[in-house]
Amino acid sequence: MRLLIVEDDDTLRDGLTVGLRLSGFSPEAVETCADARHALTLDRFEALVLDMMLPDGSGLDLLRELRAAGSDLPVLILTARDGLEDRVAGLDTGADDYLGKPFELQELAARLRALLRRAQGRAENLLEWNGLKLDPARMQGRRAGRDIGFSRREFTILAALMERPGAILGKAALEQRLYGWQDEVESNTVEVHIHNLRAKLGSAFIQTVRGAGYRLAPEEDRPA
Amino acid sequence: MSSIRRRLILILVLATGAIWLSALGWIQYTTQKEVTHVLDRRLEEAAHMVASLIRDGNVSIGVASNAVRQAPAEEDEEYHLVRQLSCQVWGLDGYLIGDSEGAPQQELSPAAAGFSENMVEGELWRVFTLVDPDLGVRVLVGDALAMRDHLVHGVVMGLLVPALLVLPALALLIWWAVGHGLQPLDRIGRVMAARPPSDLSPIDASRAPKEVQPMIDALNGLLRRVGGARERERSFTAFAAHELKTPLAGLRTQAEIARMAPDAATRQKALDQLSGAVERTDRMVKQLLEMTAVEHARPTPETRLRDSAEILRATVADLQPLAQKRGVRLEGQADAGLWQTGCAPLLQAALRNLIENALIAAPAGSAVEVAMIPEDKHILFRIADRGPGIAEADRPHVMERFFRAAGAKGSGSGLGLAIVAAAMDRMEGEIRLSPRPGGGELAELILPRAPRPGCG
Repeated sequence: MRLLIVEDDDTLRDGLTVGLRLSGFSPEAVETCADARHALTLDRFEALVLDMMLPDGSGLDLLRELRAAGSDLPVLILTARDGLEDRVAGLDTGADDYLGKPFELQELAARLRALLRRAQGRAENLLEWNGLKLDPARMQGRRAGRDIGFSRREFTILAALMERPGAILGKAALEQRLYGWQDEVESNTVEVHIHNLRAKLGSAFIQTVRGAGYRLAPEEDRPA
Repeated sequence: MSSIRRRLILILVLATGAIWLSALGWIQYTTQKEVTHVLDRRLEEAAHMVASLIRDGNVSIGVASNAVRQAPAEEDEEYHLVRQLSCQVWGLDGYLIGDSEGAPQQELSPAAAGFSENMVEGELWRVFTLVDPDLGVRVLVGDALAMRDHLVHGVVMGLLVPALLVLPALALLIWWAVGHGLQPLDRIGRVMAARPPSDLSPIDASRAPKEVQPMIDALNGLLRRVGGARERERSFTAFAAHELKTPLAGLRTQAEIARMAPDAATRQKALDQLSGAVERTDRMVKQLLEMTAVEHARPTPETRLRDSAEILRATVADLQPLAQKRGVRLEGQADAGLWQTGCAPLLQAALRNLIENALIAAPAGSAVEVAMIPEDKHILFRIADRGPGIAEADRPHVMERFFRAAGAKGSGSGLGLAIVAAAMDRMEGEIRLSPRPGGGELAELILPRAPRPGCG
């Protein structure tokens, strides 16, 4: 789940990036409204975590711009101003959720998962494909009555594939999920994790599309 | 407690009483004069009448003497008075020839002629003596002065009694009028007393009399200032709370990461972030307290004058560790004995914040120069660095509380320059920020050399 974090406080930005990555998200972080605009034109994100008071303007203005441009990107506002009026103003401007500082990382992660679930039109907070139920909150899968554990990176890749079953995700796109812009990408990591996932889920679960990337195999016996 | 009402009533009653008393004195004086004049003429006329009766020879001397008692009178009062006249006719050889009925036996006056006052049988008499050499007689006509005083007394009492009856009524009227006149003050007092402490809106002055207007204006001015100060305080507190929430959120997040970190490297990094953030938050809290201290610093009697060079040296020494950490040379230069200030804590706060800013902005290996420069009427403190300087777009805002320049590194509190500005405000000094020739920022504090009253 690709997230863009807009937060100007160094410690908090670092904490959000690292913490959300540990929670199975794929976050990128910027400091200013201008950088956020730039990032949003360059890259595709599934949610935006937005601070209100930014050095070059208000997060609300950025949100207004986004909504005016017709974007339905899920936005969670993160701010020290959490009075009733501020919350109402934020939600009315087009925010999908609102969280006051300081907050618990777990709660932020849960709210983001709920946001994404709603955005994807799912009622249950589980990703499901070919008999595998993947629980993003616990980074665990369950198939045929058996729990399957995944490492954080395995989970990140699997979740990326399961969010849009059938879509082909290139190696670069998956690497982006694993690493932030600033991180050094280790070569072959994606291949190693795909290999491990096939060992856990069966070699047919994930297909390789030569020269393009990976996708999930079609469902075998879809229940009516 | 002094009461305007009591004072006004006292003044009015005393003034009215004093006017009444002087009027009474004046009336007594003029009445006395008039009575003396009129009765003296009567004495004179009576003496001439007696003399002419004697000269005509139709009546005996005794009858002539008694004529003074029947002299015609226009008014009862005067008649009564005239009847009090006594007459003696003495021969020039010194024998009493005749007298009026009831006249004293003693000679009324030893005077040769004209008016005289004389003790007769224990009473003071006013006597007119007429000498007629042709007839060989002295005619003496007189009246007792006590009788005259009685007359004047009667006139004065006639005025005094109604006045004494009127005075209490007048006092009552004054009491009512003063109370009525002071009603606007009572009304304002009631309005103010009924206000909740949060209500700092101006008092409605449209119905107040114009004498009370200056007081209402002054009160409204005070209310406005108090309201402004409270609003600033409130927004400052709200701002400070918000500003502290972000570092707190950072701390909490990093602490959670340290707890859930899957490997030692991640945990170590989170702990490093934590300690750095604690340091920054600590600095921010210190600056918040400093801001409050600078704004509320009060002149204290124990505040001693301190040499500004000593303050500068102490501040520079305090900041040497930070300079070393940043790899920046910090050089302070000031001559002792040039200027003393009673505002040492304010000057120190201003210098420390400016030097800290310079140290944070300065690239490693460069120098931050601090100097005290005496001028004619001012003392100049100059802090020069070779950092990137303040962006032109940010210049109008750098003194605002919690303003942080975009891309500012180190996550300052945004309070440093606001503290400096507040300190300069208290010291009646000025802060000037300008680009330094050759690159960097030049910060200058311009303080009046003349001693100022009132700073803590």
